[in-house]
Amino acid sequence: MVRLDSITKIFDGVTAVDDVSLEVADHDFMILLGPSGCGKSTLLRIVAGLEMPTSGDVIIGDTRVNDIEPKRRDVAMVFQSYALYPHKTVRANIEFPLKVRKVDKATRAAEAEHAAEALGLTEYLGRKPGQLSGGQRQRVALARAIVRRPAVFCMDEPLSNLDAKLRSETRAELVALHQRLDSTFLYVTHDQVEAMTMGSHVAVMSRGRLEQVGSPSEVYAKPASVFVAQFIGTPPMNILPAGLVEPGDVLVGVRPEHLGVDDASPVRGRVTLVEHLGHETLVHLRVGETPVVVRTQADAAAPVVGAEVGLDVPAMHRHRFDAVSGRRIDT
Amino acid sequence: MSRRLREWSLAFAMLAPSVVVLVAFVLYPLVRAIWLGRQRCDALANCYRTNGWQQYIDVAQSREFQHALWVTVKFALLTVPAGVALGLGLAVLADRQLRGFRFFRTVFSSTVATSVAVASLMWLFLLQPSRGVLANIDWLNSLFPVLKSPGLLNDPGTALTSVAVSSIWANLGFTFIVVTAGLQSIPRELQESAYVDGAGPWRRFTNVTVPMLSPTLVFVAVVLTSRAFQAYGEIDLLTNGGPVPQDSTTTITYLIYGSSSIAKSDAGLQSSVAVLLFVVLLIVSGLQLRGLGKRVHYGS
Repeated sequence: MVRLDSITKIFDGVTAVDDVSLEVADHDFMILLGPSGCGKSTLLRIVAGLEMPTSGDVIIGDTRVNDIEPKRRDVAMVFQSYALYPHKTVRANIEFPLKVRKVDKATRAAEAEHAAEALGLTEYLGRKPGQLSGGQRQRVALARAIVRRPAVFCMDEPLSNLDAKLRSETRAELVALHQRLDSTFLYVTHDQVEAMTMGSHVAVMSRGRLEQVGSPSEVYAKPASVFVAQFIGTPPMNILPAGLVEPGDVLVGVRPEHLGVDDASPVRGRVTLVEHLGHETLVHLRVGETPVVVRTQADAAAPVVGAEVGLDVPAMHRHRFDAVSGRRIDT
Repeated sequence: MSRRLREWSLAFAMLAPSVVVLVAFVLYPLVRAIWLGRQRCDALANCYRTNGWQQYIDVAQSREFQHALWVTVKFALLTVPAGVALGLGLAVLADRQLRGFRFFRTVFSSTVATSVAVASLMWLFLLQPSRGVLANIDWLNSLFPVLKSPGLLNDPGTALTSVAVSSIWANLGFTFIVVTAGLQSIPRELQESAYVDGAGPWRRFTNVTVPMLSPTLVFVAVVLTSRAFQAYGEIDLLTNGGPVPQDSTTTITYLIYGSSSIAKSDAGLQSSVAVLLFVVLLIVSGLQLRGLGKRVHYGS
């Protein structure tokens, strides 16, 4: 279990992490999700011991680890750049954490071979990282992390340097690895697809603060704030201005797939673009000054650009947010 | 004019300035020096006799050349490893971004802006036996009487080491700056990864810093060796190649130019020693690059 109690980190007067509390259960796959600069990597580095929190406590298991060195935290880290030692072979890279811990040579070799086998790296053990592809390097970084069998894996955007196809394959491999290892994963990404497909829980961050923690389906279905609503989902949730759909200081959010075209509706918009994507069609409109996207079936009749249409905003799919705070209003 | 001919003319015209400079200032002096090295000349630079290539063999076999070569090798052995180690150590310390590191960075790199003449005069001011600073510190003088009599620069046992110390100091700024630049090019994640994996400072230094710095360290070692083999200013100013009669600090370069060198008035002999120094340096640099190159890691 990893618990963060009121963690704040300030760099030269700039608050990178602002009073974040988070609990990650044993064997959980927790995704820290947010845009660049939201503090997610800093939070991960605080757990790994690479940064000291300005205030707050980091607890791993039952121990407060603020003052404990990374090597005694039972944490492994996989970096975005993989951080492989270019002068060492794949075998030496994988063995390095064990060598540091003075594990004997035969055990080291056996463990490295076991980790390499688990990640399909056996034939590359004698090569240097420079002779491997991006995907293979990424697997070496994973092998180096798993060889220690740590309680917690910290991963900082490990898939961001891979191409789209390899990223999709590696997502599935990482989920399988998590199930096989049965360890706790803390995984930082700005990619919502990774968050939705891999995590058992997602912690969404913005400007150093935690916006929401929940399962991917919870975060998608019941976003706690306008930020979460618009950060998760492609295209993002439409946020209609206060007073347009419902009276009062309430912003109404509706996912593009839940909006429909209804000429009888008093909510009117003008079509600015129609995108035929094959399996679906995206209709872009302007409702006053607000851009809105409607997702329709590919075979449905789409309005023409420039046409004025009415928008059907079903009550059961509306998300209501406070116009001032941006927080969800549960009714 | 055919297109091919026009292209050749253009290529030649563009190459011409560098070719002219190269021929005039490198190639011609080299060939001239090699040619001059076969002759004997008088103090007025009139060359009156040629000994042919045999002169090179005679010079190489002479007691003076062999003594100077040995002194030069000792000087390089004293200055290069210590210079690299000191520059590396200080650069690593300054790279830790401790309090006041910017001040120390400036101090450590300042010697790069100090000329050999100024550096040597400073060391002369420190080491001079009668009025030197060190010789007039009583407790130091009682611990090391050699400071006062005959003086570190006048004692055959300590003269070369003393000149070497001044040379290490003068070259420290160069080593420090180059190694600092090398350190800053090492990705931070490599150190962090090793740290999370449990490596302490020494293991991170030996397993990450030094291998990643290896191209820089080889470059620094080759440059410092070349400088050691060509050191002249500090020897001329501090010891004049002495103390005599042992000629404890007569290096090859001093044998060529030195005011008290036996070759000083014979341009032919000077040239043959200079060409032999060139050959020695070529061999030493080649050996360094081959030997150390095997341990060097270039790029990812």
